[in-house]
Amino acid sequence: MSDWAYILIAWIATFTATGAYALYVIRRGRKLSRIVPPEQRRWM
Amino acid sequence: MTTTTSRAASPVPAAPTGTGSRVTRILGIASLIGVAVLVLYGLRISKEDAQLGETIRILYMHVPTVSAAYLAFVITAVGSVMYLWKRSEFWDLLAASSAEIGVLFFALTILNGMLWGKITWGVFWRWEPRLTTTAVLFLTYLGYLAARAVPTSTRTRGTISAVIGIMAVVNIPIVHKAVDWWRGLHQEKTIFGTVDPDMKGTQLFTAYLGLTVFMLIFAWLLIHRFRVAWLAERANDVGLDAALAERRAEGTADGSANETADGSANETADSSANGPADGSANEPANESADESAGAGLGGAR
Repeated sequence: MSDWAYILIAWIATFTATGAYALYVIRRGRKLSRIVPPEQRRWM
Repeated sequence: MTTTTSRAASPVPAAPTGTGSRVTRILGIASLIGVAVLVLYGLRISKEDAQLGETIRILYMHVPTVSAAYLAFVITAVGSVMYLWKRSEFWDLLAASSAEIGVLFFALTILNGMLWGKITWGVFWRWEPRLTTTAVLFLTYLGYLAARAVPTSTRTRGTISAVIGIMAVVNIPIVHKAVDWWRGLHQEKTIFGTVDPDMKGTQLFTAYLGLTVFMLIFAWLLIHRFRVAWLAERANDVGLDAALAERRAEGTADGSANETADGSANETADSSANGPADGSANEPANESADESAGAGLGGAR
């Protein structure tokens, strides 16, 4: 493999993993928000 | 008329349907713009390095992710100390949220380092001092997350994880100084002394841009992750309250059913042949009922 292949793997893996984790956190937050009463989920 | 009444009756804005807020939206937009500019500079505009060649572009990911991971672990340690001192749920959840994001960034640091090592050294991994201490640090924080996953009381979980969180952070200076203390393959440290001192122009700009962007992403993730942890605790409380209410309702129903049954056939039957058997037969039944109630509470927690 060329150097560029490794470079692209590094960049794609970093942003994909971070994006996937961000999506997971957001979705879990929305799911939990349906259970928790409104007065306990007011953010600053 | 109805509209006027409803407006007057509900001055409080509706609660958010997720973990987002104005601050996170600003951070999120700034992060996305930052990522776009970083991709442009990191893969296109920035020139290749005289010594490292094109592989410097991997370092634009490697250095920011490890910086964010170190910051996350330091926040975990601070949160752990504060939890042991104040015993506040806030500090416990902050420490745990930060550790989880730190593990993600540290895993990406290791991956990027392995890819860089494959190009530069010809192998993905060598058990040299920096990499070995890095592996130990990574495993320690995996242990931290595993300890938090063990079902126990909130206080015990917080105490155990706080102790691990404080002990684990001691390894960061060891990882950082490993290149100075022992002879290894890894290049000398490039962070905490700014970025690489030999960097100039677009390389230097891209390196600092990467650091800034990943700090923004880290802040955005930390706020969201903390709120998710907070919601999870509140959801557990809701589940516990529901389980208690259900148990109370069952108890009330059982009481009324027993009262009607006691008044009829049971009174005559108990005094004769079933008398001695009642005690032995009813006790296991009561124990199993208690256990099921306990399991319900445990499950809710």
